[in-house]
Amino acid sequence: MDLPTFLIQCLNSLQYGLLLFLVASGLTLIFGIMGVINLAHGSFYMIGAYMAFALAAPVAGWFGGGFFSVLVVGLVLAVLLGYVLEWAFFAFLYEREHLQQVLMTYGLILVFEELRSLIVGDDVHGVQAPALLAGSFALGETMTYPVYRVFISFVCLLLAGGMYLVFTRTRLGMMIRAGSTNREMVQSLGIDIQFLYRVVFAAGVAIAVFAGMVAAPVSSVYPGMGNMVLIVCFVIVVIGGIGSIRGALLAALLIGVVDTFGKVLLPQAAGVLVYVMMALILLWKPDGLFKAG
Amino acid sequence: MTMGRSKLVFVGIAFAALAAWPFFTGSFGIDLVGKIMVFALFALSLELLVGSTGLVCFGQAAFFGIGAYATVLLSPASDAASLWWLLPACVGLAALYALAVGALSLRTKGVYFIMVTLAFAQMAYYVVHDTPLAGGTDGIYLNVKPSFLVELDKPLVLYGFIWFCLLATFVFLAVLLRSRFGRALAGIKTNEQRMRAAGFSTYPYKLAAFTLSGGLAGLAGCLFAIKDGYVNPELLSWHFSGAVLIMIILGGLGHLRGALIGAFAFALLQEFFKSESIFGAFAKHWQLGLGLSIIVSVALLPRGLVGLPGLWKQRLAGRDAARRSTAEVSS
Repeated sequence: MDLPTFLIQCLNSLQYGLLLFLVASGLTLIFGIMGVINLAHGSFYMIGAYMAFALAAPVAGWFGGGFFSVLVVGLVLAVLLGYVLEWAFFAFLYEREHLQQVLMTYGLILVFEELRSLIVGDDVHGVQAPALLAGSFALGETMTYPVYRVFISFVCLLLAGGMYLVFTRTRLGMMIRAGSTNREMVQSLGIDIQFLYRVVFAAGVAIAVFAGMVAAPVSSVYPGMGNMVLIVCFVIVVIGGIGSIRGALLAALLIGVVDTFGKVLLPQAAGVLVYVMMALILLWKPDGLFKAG
Repeated sequence: MTMGRSKLVFVGIAFAALAAWPFFTGSFGIDLVGKIMVFALFALSLELLVGSTGLVCFGQAAFFGIGAYATVLLSPASDAASLWWLLPACVGLAALYALAVGALSLRTKGVYFIMVTLAFAQMAYYVVHDTPLAGGTDGIYLNVKPSFLVELDKPLVLYGFIWFCLLATFVFLAVLLRSRFGRALAGIKTNEQRMRAAGFSTYPYKLAAFTLSGGLAGLAGCLFAIKDGYVNPELLSWHFSGAVLIMIILGGLGHLRGALIGAFAFALLQEFFKSESIFGAFAKHWQLGLGLSIIVSVALLPRGLVGLPGLWKQRLAGRDAARRSTAEVSS
């Protein structure tokens, strides 16, 4: 492997890892704070990717805008979706056993997949990267690297930093952290925990949908893409330690590197590498790398 | 844990109905219910872990798949294998893998345990999927069905054999859960720390349950391979592990009959929503109906389908009480 190829693979792993981090961060938040095992989280990623495809035409009609207006409209819809979902399907589940939540969210996956099939169909689609970011950088003499992929990494990093600031520096973040430790106590201090949960859930959904939308131009849009991402994200969440954003970031980058380089160096065993790594890490540290709280 | 008379009657009627079923239906019905009974046996194996011991395993399909693949790979190419050695071999291989997986993954707890069992199942999946060892993605066919006193290639005989295996497993587990070993598992499920404080070394109990569960899943896999005559890597996939987990949660955890009810409910709902004679062209979107049914069942039945009679009784009692109080007011 020469230097430019190595560099390109590094950038690819970084971009893939950061994208996974976006989806996994919502999963670990909802899991760590609300105690809900949300199997439907992968579906939000799928919904995001399909939004990037399906909203392009109507949004162009209403606002005349391109990819970035689609992002904004998609985000607004995602927050609404998360808010309504929490109200209708999750609010009564907190007191129940975890496995009841698993069953409920499994049902939601089936419903989301079929609704997608009814509304948009079962075809594989491609989404154009915005013209503004369509070019590519030159790497070495012959290699190039698309600007859009760098843009993805950049946006993901920005969001990760933003999340970190919200968590550690704001009042909302403080309430969220407190709510994850002791629900009753926070409630008795006069904080509307139900509203707080709804906000966290909506934010988690919005981030996953956003990840799906920005990923659409590089990964194409296909049925079942949510399930692919879901399992990898669960791997990330447990490797990182449940509820830990920092752990999720590190684990996502690790998975990005292992998966990308695995496909190049050991293509026969690429699929299994991630799982071998997870098994090894969990046997070494049974609570993940960074256990929250 | 004691089995009330009504539950015993329910289980008895259910098995009698399953035994009588072939006399009322054609080959399609026999095939369908035979398949569901295999799933029910598979669900029972997982119920031993999840419902009775509190260990949520997300890799059960690996043991099922190993049993199924062993059946095909160990059978001679052009000769009928004898089930006398084939069945124990399949169960043994699945149990052996379960022993290894359990020994390692029982170091972790809760969701971490769920994911480690998934990881080991995925490893088995990729071995079957990506290596030339077992036919890769195409799967392999079982040329000659094994024989066992009688030829198992007649559908009716096979149906009877599956029925017998399911009944035997059910009785075995019911007895096991009432034994000292079963009590220990129940104790581990409720409060493992306390069990340890009471002087139980919990790890060997959990490992034994895990191995046994893997062996039973291997039995189900073996029956599946004999029945279908074809195995492919999807039998080991996490979708299948997830589906069987969904079956037992739907049926109601902590009850053996919950696994039976759940397997039948899940498979029949699927069959119902897939039926083109009822839904016409919309049958293509069968997952929508299945998903909505699952959501409704979670919302209305916190204890799963086995909680249905209790809920009904409660309602009746509530209505009686209400009637009595209105009667008192009016008099």
